[in-house]
Amino acid sequence: MTVPEEAPPIALSLSGITKRFGALTANEGVDLDLRRGEIVALLGENGAGKTTLMNILFGHYVADEGEVRVAGPDGTLVPLEPGSPHAALEAGIGMVHQHFTLAENLTTFENIVLGTAPLLSARLAARAAREKLQELMRRSGLVVDLDARISRLSVGEKQRVEILKALYRDARVLVLDEPTAVLTPQESETLFETLKALAAQGLAIVFISHKLAEVLAASDRIAVLRLGRKVADLPAADCDRQTLAELMVGHQVTMSRREPQAAGEVLLALSAVTCGEGRDTVSDIGFELRAGEILGIAGVSGNGQAMLARLLSGLERQTSGDIRLAGREIRAHDAADMIRAGVARIPEDRHRDGVVGAMSVAENLVIEEIRSSRYQRFGFLDFRAIADRAVEAIASYDIRCPGGSAVARLLSGGNIQKIVLARTLDASPSVVLAAQPSRGLDIGATGDVHRRLLEARGRGAGVILISEDLDELFALSDRIAVIHRGRLSPPRPAEELDRAAVGLMMAGQHTEDAAA
Amino acid sequence: MIRFEPREHVSPLRRVAAPVVAAVAALAVASLAIAAAGAPVLEAYGLMAKGAFGSAFAMSELLARATPLIFTGLAAAVAFRAKLWNIGGEGQLYAGALAAVAVGTGALALPGPLLIPTVILAGALAGGLLMLIPALLKVRLGADEVVTTLLLNFVVILFVQMMLEGPMKDPMGMGWPQSEPMLDEAMLPKLMDRMRVHAGLILALVAALGVHILLKRTVWGFETRAVGENPEAARHAGIPVTATFLRVALLSGGLAGLAGVGEVAGLKGYLTADLSPGFGYAGIVVAMLAGLSPVGAVVAALFIAGVFVGADSMSRAIGVSNYLADLVVATSLICVLVSGLFVRFKVRIVRPGTGRGTA
Repeated sequence: MTVPEEAPPIALSLSGITKRFGALTANEGVDLDLRRGEIVALLGENGAGKTTLMNILFGHYVADEGEVRVAGPDGTLVPLEPGSPHAALEAGIGMVHQHFTLAENLTTFENIVLGTAPLLSARLAARAAREKLQELMRRSGLVVDLDARISRLSVGEKQRVEILKALYRDARVLVLDEPTAVLTPQESETLFETLKALAAQGLAIVFISHKLAEVLAASDRIAVLRLGRKVADLPAADCDRQTLAELMVGHQVTMSRREPQAAGEVLLALSAVTCGEGRDTVSDIGFELRAGEILGIAGVSGNGQAMLARLLSGLERQTSGDIRLAGREIRAHDAADMIRAGVARIPEDRHRDGVVGAMSVAENLVIEEIRSSRYQRFGFLDFRAIADRAVEAIASYDIRCPGGSAVARLLSGGNIQKIVLARTLDASPSVVLAAQPSRGLDIGATGDVHRRLLEARGRGAGVILISEDLDELFALSDRIAVIHRGRLSPPRPAEELDRAAVGLMMAGQHTEDAAA
Repeated sequence: MIRFEPREHVSPLRRVAAPVVAAVAALAVASLAIAAAGAPVLEAYGLMAKGAFGSAFAMSELLARATPLIFTGLAAAVAFRAKLWNIGGEGQLYAGALAAVAVGTGALALPGPLLIPTVILAGALAGGLLMLIPALLKVRLGADEVVTTLLLNFVVILFVQMMLEGPMKDPMGMGWPQSEPMLDEAMLPKLMDRMRVHAGLILALVAALGVHILLKRTVWGFETRAVGENPEAARHAGIPVTATFLRVALLSGGLAGLAGVGEVAGLKGYLTADLSPGFGYAGIVVAMLAGLSPVGAVVAALFIAGVFVGADSMSRAIGVSNYLADLVVATSLICVLVSGLFVRFKVRIVRPGTGRGTA
């Protein structure tokens, strides 16, 4: 470590933290010191133990071994009572969870003071709280409307409220779990600027992430966790993407590459399609998908891409406009029809829509084709055929599980996604709809997904890739369109676009010159 | 403080042991009531066991009592597998009984070998079609089937009373609100001389086996399980979710209807408005005790029937009210729900202050 001699005092110290869940060791002997005014990124793949470590810090879990010590107001380190979020709050630790913990029906102000004000407090206390908050907003630059209802705020604003809430409780250490997961690239930049300003005022900040770019850009120091152990703790200035990726995964990482390829005939055409009401709508959408191309659809989630995916999955019927698959108009909204028509659908929420968690891996592998003569005779299941299929798919897609009869719920997200891939892509579909296919997956599993999508493209399938991840979109897509508030920009060749332009369009700045 | 931590793997032994422990716990809880009534607990349970298993007559009573419980238990188990909460077994039972009486009291002039299957079919169909109403309301309008099936029970029973006071009243019934008796050819044969156990039991066992095969080995059962466990994923995978719900509703209602057929065509011979002492509701307990397994439902039905028959016999001998049976049945439902919690979760007691967990 290259800590200068006049290093600021330590604000928080984790030493020898070990946490086991049955046979699984989530954290093993993790040490981490955090100094005042420092931003530390906690980097690791899913399941590396990042969130567990932070939950121990915040008292949601109790470590089996090891100790958390926090600097008191006078700077001396005091052991923190384990297993008590209340003690953590008292000790000045503020946590911003990935899923916000705000009451939607209350105002910003009410949410922030909730739990701090005595129940029978008079107006006087409220005024004092307001003054304190105004001061905090002025100092931190986190400006929100104190009297707006939370339900009316954007995701970025809600996150600001969460941070303010922590600051209001005099947090000296701020923990953020995957803070950029729900933000646009621009919102993320704003967030990191705010965090830098807060750190400059002496706050110690830890944020969890698995995105290499933001970790490199926003932190002073990077701690890498792999399989529960801390494998590196380096100044950000000494790191680069390749090193970090390899530290995270533990071996060499090769990225799939998209080879140039001419697009074929039109497979899927939407014109003036409108569907849904409320937030998740698509309105007046049109595009053509050709054989052998990947069409990327960028957008911050909640802008209609879920509805578009449901529409093309056969779960929803458009209110107007038409959808043509290989020239044939699709009228009925029927998932079985879409499967028969050769549309492979990789759902956004793989746990909810992708697998039946309580059923076995084998059953989930055949569920889309359970009525085909391959797996049943006179309505009776052909268990041998189902088991054979499972053996084959487990081998060719490298699904890590105890066997075909293992319950799907127990598999990791990456392996569940492999079940979905095997099920949908092995049927040689002509159109592939991949909705957020690598969301929540680690580098290895993401690589698998990308390779499979490129293989489908190479076979001549048309692939629609809905994603929020610009790296993914630019790595895979031949053309990219942006969806914002249910409207889709005309797709343009990826080579003509850059990240900044797409980022602006995702934020709603739908200008032609933005894509220069 | 007590914490519940989910178990990653649930051993099959634990799964089977849970309802047994629950049943024993229910009996233990009920022993407090026996003691409060001033009776010797052990002797009371001894008499109950004797009353349920102690003689050929007792066994026959037990099996006769278990027959409708197997049907209603299967009805609940099938529906609950698809997360279709059919609480209307009681109403479907009466619908089945009403249809059996309508067909079996001389309205149809068929020879015996044809009449009995017709009676059975009519009863199953009536129960099934009745259950189809709340199922349709659920899939079309999103009406909560817990409410609709439960309330339909009262509608059906009032309808049965109306029929028994009116068009279907037995003119020879000395003014009692009861139907005409079933034709002899329409009655299910007895299994033993001068005993009440009847061929409905065979039908119930066949039904249990049939439902077992259906759920485990057929596409239909595959789809039912998928819809029950995760309707979103099932729909996404192209499984006809609505059709599956309707099929399950028909089957579930039909099984409950068969319970009614058995009671009128196997046991009573005519229909009254007090045909069932709550077999429909007890079926829910049977299904839960059985962990929704069709084969388990047979065992659970025998247990519940044993409690009822044994409690009757015990109350005659030592004067503890036979409401005790209801107490045991109700307690065992609560116990099995609680034991389900212990099957799925590990309980840890956390001492306040230290926060350290001790198992």
